[in-house]
Amino acid sequence: MSPADFAGFTFTSLTSHRLRTSLTALGIAVGIAAVILLTSIGEGLHRFVIAEFTQFGTNLVTVTPGRITTHGASLGAVNTVRPLSIDDALALTRVRYVQVTDPMVQGNAEVVYAGKSRRVTLYGTGADFSRALSMRVASGEFLPHDDPRAARALAVLGSKVAKELFGGENPLGARLRIGGERYRIVGVMESKGQILGFDLDDTVFIPVGRALDMFNRESLMEIHVLYEPTAPLAEVEAGIKRVMVARHGAEDFTVTPQQKMLEVFGTVLNALTFAVAAIGAISLVVGGVGILTILTIAVAERTSEIGLLRAIGATQRAILLLFLGEAALLAAVGGAAGLAMGWGIAGALKLVLPALPVHTPWHYAVLAEVVAVGVGLAAGVLPARRAARLDPLEALRSE
Amino acid sequence: MIRLRGIERIFRVGEEEVHALRSVDLDITAGEYLSIMGPSGSGKSTLLNLIGLLDRPNAGRYELDERDVTGLTDDEQARVRREKIGFVFQFFHLVPRLTAAQNIELPMVLAGVDPAERRERLRKLLAEYALEARARHRPDQLSGGQCQRVAIARAMSMRPAVILADEPTGNLDRHTGQEVMAVLERVHHDGGTVLLVTHDPEIGGRAQRTLRMIDGAIVSDQKADAGGNGGT
Repeated sequence: MSPADFAGFTFTSLTSHRLRTSLTALGIAVGIAAVILLTSIGEGLHRFVIAEFTQFGTNLVTVTPGRITTHGASLGAVNTVRPLSIDDALALTRVRYVQVTDPMVQGNAEVVYAGKSRRVTLYGTGADFSRALSMRVASGEFLPHDDPRAARALAVLGSKVAKELFGGENPLGARLRIGGERYRIVGVMESKGQILGFDLDDTVFIPVGRALDMFNRESLMEIHVLYEPTAPLAEVEAGIKRVMVARHGAEDFTVTPQQKMLEVFGTVLNALTFAVAAIGAISLVVGGVGILTILTIAVAERTSEIGLLRAIGATQRAILLLFLGEAALLAAVGGAAGLAMGWGIAGALKLVLPALPVHTPWHYAVLAEVVAVGVGLAAGVLPARRAARLDPLEALRSE
Repeated sequence: MIRLRGIERIFRVGEEEVHALRSVDLDITAGEYLSIMGPSGSGKSTLLNLIGLLDRPNAGRYELDERDVTGLTDDEQARVRREKIGFVFQFFHLVPRLTAAQNIELPMVLAGVDPAERRERLRKLLAEYALEARARHRPDQLSGGQCQRVAIARAMSMRPAVILADEPTGNLDRHTGQEVMAVLERVHHDGGTVLLVTHDPEIGGRAQRTLRMIDGAIVSDQKADAGGNGGT
């Protein structure tokens, strides 16, 4: 039997029961649409989160004090963590491939200007903070390269703070009080929006040494290390560790490359996407059961036709293939409809809820279609085998 | 062309064994027109099904065109049926969703006959069986006689060695039955071998040669002298 004849024959047997065929295909369509829609949302979420984190650049390593390890019988062990100092940050600039390092401490402080006061997130940073985290200054400039241990009392405002305190006025050059000390404003940051609930615009930046004094802290919270984008991460990490161990005498710090964090996020989000796809797959299985049911009925109804085909020379294999072909075609049609449905709904969601990240990669679509045909074939195996194994004589007699 | 030796066919019905065929010996030469008659349950349909390779004997030997076909596998049987045997059934057995032309083509489609060749044969068959006007009709739009003509055209499409007709007029009125018989007899006239199973003596009596069966055995084998077309 030629492929064209084969396709024609299965096609006519499906079109002879239009309603039944469409309803069965609908079962598969709903399953595929569910898979497409849920994975689209999962993938959209994935991209959204990754984009949120890569806005700080990916060639970034963060050094934090303390070591994240699991201790066994360390009860009563003396805490030997040495504070992370500004000098550590300066020392790290000597590591190979490192472009910029920036010490950082963060806390809350009250900012007062012309009788208005506001509690903001205060960042004590070096001059290279904006560069390390790819943040841009809207007007003025970022903190200057002063001696970090005796920096001048200068401040840079986040866009929201500038708006709230100064309204339409130009804040550059104005003086305000931060935690009781007077600071002169040298710059205003570009709006960066929120990330995981942190408002990056409701912030004020001052030199890190002053912030440490203000918060009465000994240790920095983080040192950001920006390295050449093409540099091997492992070497950068090793270099940082070598310098830090030499200074601290032990590895009492943690080095977290942004890339590793992204990998972790990626893994988590992939698992999430997979989980929602699995939920969608349940409806696909139900669709498969629909095909199984309809095909079982079709074999029973067409027993005498099967008998005839066998009598005029169809082999068991030919009968098997005919019914498998019907199952596959049914599922393929349903799958295509489901793709259109899923895509349509995803597009509509995008229009109605622009905040919801939705993204359908085309290879998901191909995969979904392949899965649909696979489900159809799997569902078709039992009825098709039953059809092929019918005794031709008995099949002919059933009328 | 067909040679049966010592054919036995036993069915099990519950605890009982039913001897459908008892040591049947039969020789049929090419071009014969033969009818098998007998009361129901005499084994005439079983014999036809065995010859049509839809059934297997419990014992004995069946040769078709000098070839032993007794022990063929299922697939080989299917191939022999496709190449050498044309069936005509009492209930026509047309595929309801296919047109008359598609039904006639079906064996050629299954055998993978080249489309150009197929179209040519189809055209001839439609003309030969006066079905040109009905080619695009589905079976439910055809009369019983037309359905049976389509079935005969289908049986002839692969140019089989033998046509096996099981009560071909059993589902038709008398007049239409006569017409269908005339069509079958024309197949015989053109050199085809026709085996006909019937319980109607008038129909069976038209054949050149008549077998009578009772209880699974052939009890008489008569040849008419004048070609057996006396009825028309």
